[in-house]
Amino acid sequence: MTDRKTLATVWLDGCSGCHMSLLDMDERLIELSSQFVLLYSPLVDRKTFPERVDVTLVEGAVASEEDLKKIRRIREHTGVLVSLGDCALTGNVSAMRNTCGPQPVLLRVYQENVDLKQHVPTVGVPALLDRVRPVHEVVPVDVFVPGCPPSADTIYQVLSELLAGRVPTLGGVAHFG
Amino acid sequence: MSRTIVIDPVTRLEGHGKITLKLDDAGIVQDAMFHVTQLRGFEKFCEGRPFYEMPNITARICGICPVSHLVASSKACDAILAVQIPPVAANLRKVLNLAQLVQSHALSFFYLSSPDLLLGMDAPPEERSILHLAHSHPSIAADGVALRQFGQRIIEIMAGKRIHPGWTIPGGVNEPLSAEKRDRILGMIPLAVAAIQRTLGWFRKEIEKFSAEIEVFANFPTLFMGLIDDRGLAEYYNGALRVIDSEGNIIAGELDPAHYASFLGEEVEPFTYMKFPYYKPLGYPGGAYRVGPLARLNLAGRCDTPLADAEWREFRATSARPLLSSFHYHQARLIEMLHATEKIEALLADKGILDKHVRAIASVNNSEGVGVAEAPRGTLIHHYKVDENGLIRWVNLVIATGHNNAAMNRGILQAARHYVQGEHIAEGMLNRVEAVVRTFDPCLSCSTHAMGQMPLTVELRAPDGSLVREVRRG
Ligand code: SF4
Repeated sequence: MTDRKTLATVWLDGCSGCHMSLLDMDERLIELSSQFVLLYSPLVDRKTFPERVDVTLVEGAVASEEDLKKIRRIREHTGVLVSLGDCALTGNVSAMRNTCGPQPVLLRVYQENVDLKQHVPTVGVPALLDRVRPVHEVVPVDVFVPGCPPSADTIYQVLSELLAGRVPTLGGVAHFG
Repeated sequence: MSRTIVIDPVTRLEGHGKITLKLDDAGIVQDAMFHVTQLRGFEKFCEGRPFYEMPNITARICGICPVSHLVASSKACDAILAVQIPPVAANLRKVLNLAQLVQSHALSFFYLSSPDLLLGMDAPPEERSILHLAHSHPSIAADGVALRQFGQRIIEIMAGKRIHPGWTIPGGVNEPLSAEKRDRILGMIPLAVAAIQRTLGWFRKEIEKFSAEIEVFANFPTLFMGLIDDRGLAEYYNGALRVIDSEGNIIAGELDPAHYASFLGEEVEPFTYMKFPYYKPLGYPGGAYRVGPLARLNLAGRCDTPLADAEWREFRATSARPLLSSFHYHQARLIEMLHATEKIEALLADKGILDKHVRAIASVNNSEGVGVAEAPRGTLIHHYKVDENGLIRWVNLVIATGHNNAAMNRGILQAARHYVQGEHIAEGMLNRVEAVVRTFDPCLSCSTHAMGQMPLTVELRAPDGSLVREVRRG
């Protein structure tokens, strides 16, 4: 048990699609799971990021104050940080907001397209960053896995390699989009 | 001493949300708030893009139900083209939409909620996951994996890719279905039906253990809303919107979804990025309604396929009026999976499904278009305005999960009042509060996409609001 690697998966500003592609490994996920302990993930009930995780897969770009805090903490406590998917790698669709910045977005959603009580929510919700940024602009990233989402086969290959203690090479396997 | 409890993040949820509970001096929950803490802004940043990009851009709202967005968006674009798409294209989109429903319901039921159902709400948190169930309940976990895979494979076979396929386009779809693909899908159906029936079998027995939860898991009167076909039966792609009250009376029989803005309003609360839609004639909050599997089975005359109808009859016979507890969303989800699978089979059995004419071609003929479909979680509305060149000028999206926002908040309050009491707050009490949210299967990726990272904290505050003690759960 003790030599099993520890794994975490997190989502920042993405669509969950990269996580769904992880699940698309189907029975291969169950099979692989004998080789790791999933310590922290939307799929399990732990509420705080652990002190030490061998491998963390990050979906999504950095778009809010909370994302920023979160990814810094994750970097500090992670051995191998993997940017999973185009949003994490380039900002992708999440970064389309950068064409206008957060303010017009908030006004459209909470002032214009509303019937009652027009106002921008501020209680218990994090402020949006001026610019949506890819993960490696904020913290160092060890492995980049492109795709929107990366295919289940690609994720399987990446995970298998990492669990075996190797750095995956994705030439010819993974691509953007 | 008054206290605030923060559950952050709510886990086993599609997207991250957090919950704040406010307790008074006597330790009674006075207020509950469900915060959705992210906003992505598709309604603004799509401006200036050509309308025909919208299906592919808006699919990126959600990787769990991208097909629902593809379908609703394509329908809004059909309206901008002012075309009636070829019947086979509509049927192909229907199959894709139903496959989406099956895989998404399987995710909700097996991957997210079944640990609570099989191990109990008080099971150790580290055991409450699908990976644990793969060891403790291998055959059930295997059914869950297989059913999600079934839906995803249909999408892959038809549209080329499991997540974010491009195949559904304005005017129809971009490629006809081949006989070989059809047969591959038909070949998968018997195993899927058997797995769903096995699941319904054990769930019906298991549910007896949850009578206490059924009582307080968002168990109160609300309206229900969903699409119906011209016979008043459950419909997921076309049709009119029906609204019923908690007694089962039809208060609006055939609302035209294209005119949603005349009968649905939206309200904003300061504590969440998710808005609160309501049925306008009854105002807010009186016009709060629920959508999704339970709503659809409550308001439709029946499903319209034999196996699902039998299940539907048994389900509805348990109550003389609509089922009001959101706990019943779980069973409704299973019945809908059966319904969808039977419907996929019926649609594919029709010879016309192989027709080659799958796309209507036109340019911009309307400056505005609304597209509506039933997503796994409920009614999904895309509304676009374009200029004469077809560039997007304005977008409004009313997302399935959003409709349930008011009911989710009230449901959290109801369950928290019942379970969260006293000096010692046990983990299982809080898991039940989260489990209420899970019954709705909210897709926060869609409804703005939420998240959170802080640990669960319980704060003891003095009457002046100063912090006396803080307890953290890791
Ligand atoms: S890369 Fe694509 S699939 Fe992954 S989160 Fe971003 S939009 Fe979703």
